[in-house]
Amino acid sequence: MSNTDFALAVEDLSVSFDGFKAIDDLTLYVDKDELRVIIGPNGAGKTTLLDLICGKTKATSGSIKFKNEELTGVEEYLRVRKGIGRKFQTPSIYENLSVFKNLEVSYPEGRSVLGALRFKCTTAVKERVQAVAQEIGLGDVLEMEAGLLSHGQKQWLEIGMLLMQDPELLMLDEPIAGMSARERELTAELLKRICVGRSVIVIEHDMDFVAQIAHKVTVMHQGKILAEGSMEAVQSNPKVIDVYLGH
Amino acid sequence: MNNLRQWFSKSGLGSVVLLAILLVAVFPLTLDIFRLNLIGKYLCYAFVAVGLVMLWGWGGVLSLGQGVFFGLGGYAMAMFLKLEASDPESTKIQTTPGIPDFMDWNQITALPTWWEPFKHLPFSLIAVLAVPAVLAFIVGFAMFKRRVGGVYFAIITQAVALILTVLIIGQQGYTGGVNGMTDLKTMLGWDIRTDSAKYILYFVCVGLLLASVLLCLWIQKSKVGTLLLAMRDKEDRVRFSGYDVSMFKVFVFCLAAAISGIGGAMFALQVGFMSPSFVGIVPSIEMVIFAAVGGRMSLVGAVYGALLVNFGKTYFSETFPDLWMFCMAALFIGVTMFFPDGLAGLYQSKLKPWLTRSRSAPKAQPPAAPPARPAESPRMADSAPPTAKPAQA
Repeated sequence: MSNTDFALAVEDLSVSFDGFKAIDDLTLYVDKDELRVIIGPNGAGKTTLLDLICGKTKATSGSIKFKNEELTGVEEYLRVRKGIGRKFQTPSIYENLSVFKNLEVSYPEGRSVLGALRFKCTTAVKERVQAVAQEIGLGDVLEMEAGLLSHGQKQWLEIGMLLMQDPELLMLDEPIAGMSARERELTAELLKRICVGRSVIVIEHDMDFVAQIAHKVTVMHQGKILAEGSMEAVQSNPKVIDVYLGH
Repeated sequence: MNNLRQWFSKSGLGSVVLLAILLVAVFPLTLDIFRLNLIGKYLCYAFVAVGLVMLWGWGGVLSLGQGVFFGLGGYAMAMFLKLEASDPESTKIQTTPGIPDFMDWNQITALPTWWEPFKHLPFSLIAVLAVPAVLAFIVGFAMFKRRVGGVYFAIITQAVALILTVLIIGQQGYTGGVNGMTDLKTMLGWDIRTDSAKYILYFVCVGLLLASVLLCLWIQKSKVGTLLLAMRDKEDRVRFSGYDVSMFKVFVFCLAAAISGIGGAMFALQVGFMSPSFVGIVPSIEMVIFAAVGGRMSLVGAVYGALLVNFGKTYFSETFPDLWMFCMAALFIGVTMFFPDGLAGLYQSKLKPWLTRSRSAPKAQPPAAPPARPAESPRMADSAPPTAKPAQA
């Protein structure tokens, strides 16, 4: 495939589960510094797409390139080390560890067994944890056990764990699910701040939230891309209206 | 003083010191050499239990085949001792003098080449650690890279235990078969059957056990320990934070295997023989029971568990030989059902709060209550009440 300037280039990607094509010949490009929102009805293949990019699911065919480097066939943890961060749909944090430990473990150093044995929590690490904790609004609860956080705080903590790694591509699966109105606002602000200097892909259902944050919106339907463009353009697209409102 | 106490309790060293006092001073001063040797034997199993705390408690990987590594360590040591006991002078009535007696009985006329290196003590000592670790690496790498875990892994380790037992029993001429390796006498000319040798071996055993506990404690406090706990909770999150989860499991499996190997070697030295009855499925499961009774999260607890269960085993098997197996099963079921964290958990949840209460009671001022929930962050303060937690699966 051709080399591009895109941060992420997904080309002719397909994956089928027992003959069912969850992703069907999909092509998608994400720019550097772009915040892309993917929307679509349930079962459109949004989460599967993120799974394919981060390696949780293996593609049947097609190519995924990150900074012109082919990703298909690369192990998950190596993709992370290349700079891809993924937040899961349900907050996936270490409930029994403190907020501090959750963030510290995510610091991208000492990732091999020997490295981890030698790893020391230096001032640099502590400062980074502090900075990220401030960013996600958990600066005052660093010593709290993460399982005691509210649902919204857990979502933020997982975003914070990804920020610790300073990824170039950040993928967030429904980051505001289960959040209050106020928490949503704070999250929108957070996302706007953190998409500077990196590309972000967000899956979301809440249209007001999407309108607030999206640079560009991609609409997926039945494993394919239905429409792509600005929020207004997408919202007035008759195909999109048809899919969302039904027949 | 207070700082020291705090540091002790935080690092978990206090309980290790207590255990050390018990093993180094209390037991040798109060027990005769026969009983002390018995304790030394139990402590060999404690090595396996300590390994299981790391592997099962912290790593979340249950192995039902730790007897394999105990056995391999034990056989590595026993092979050296057997060769020394089989010098041409004391085996001159054999058809082929100078080889172990069981080889002679099986019409083997020359020492097999793979036995040769075990003539050297340094090689044998390295083998005690390396052979279990290498086997654990091979099995672990093959399993964990393919993401085999949980029950499937436990079953495979059982299969390994069975295979090794069958192999040892079947290859009688090379391994001593079902009788194992008996009549171990001296190590570099030093008679290991005398009382003084038994004392020394007991202290060596205690020293190695405490060193293993400290090593594991250090690993628990390192980032590896945190990662093991994190993996047990959310394996995918660790993987998608850039860690090769399988290698951490392989590491902890190898660690547990090597520690079990030391236990096996000390067993061969203190008890004077090694046999396949310590390798198979049943002993492997018994070893898991030691860790479970002691508390699978607590290194020190595992040592107590091994001591206590073996005490019980000796006592009950002498008094009610027919009932012992049922007692053991009842103990395991009871512990897993009512005290999933074993003795250590019981201490943490029941005894410790009671102790602190009775200690602080005479003082006028009650200890400052820890903040129940730290105040929420300012950014959160004006947000709506947190939404209900999703139901735990």
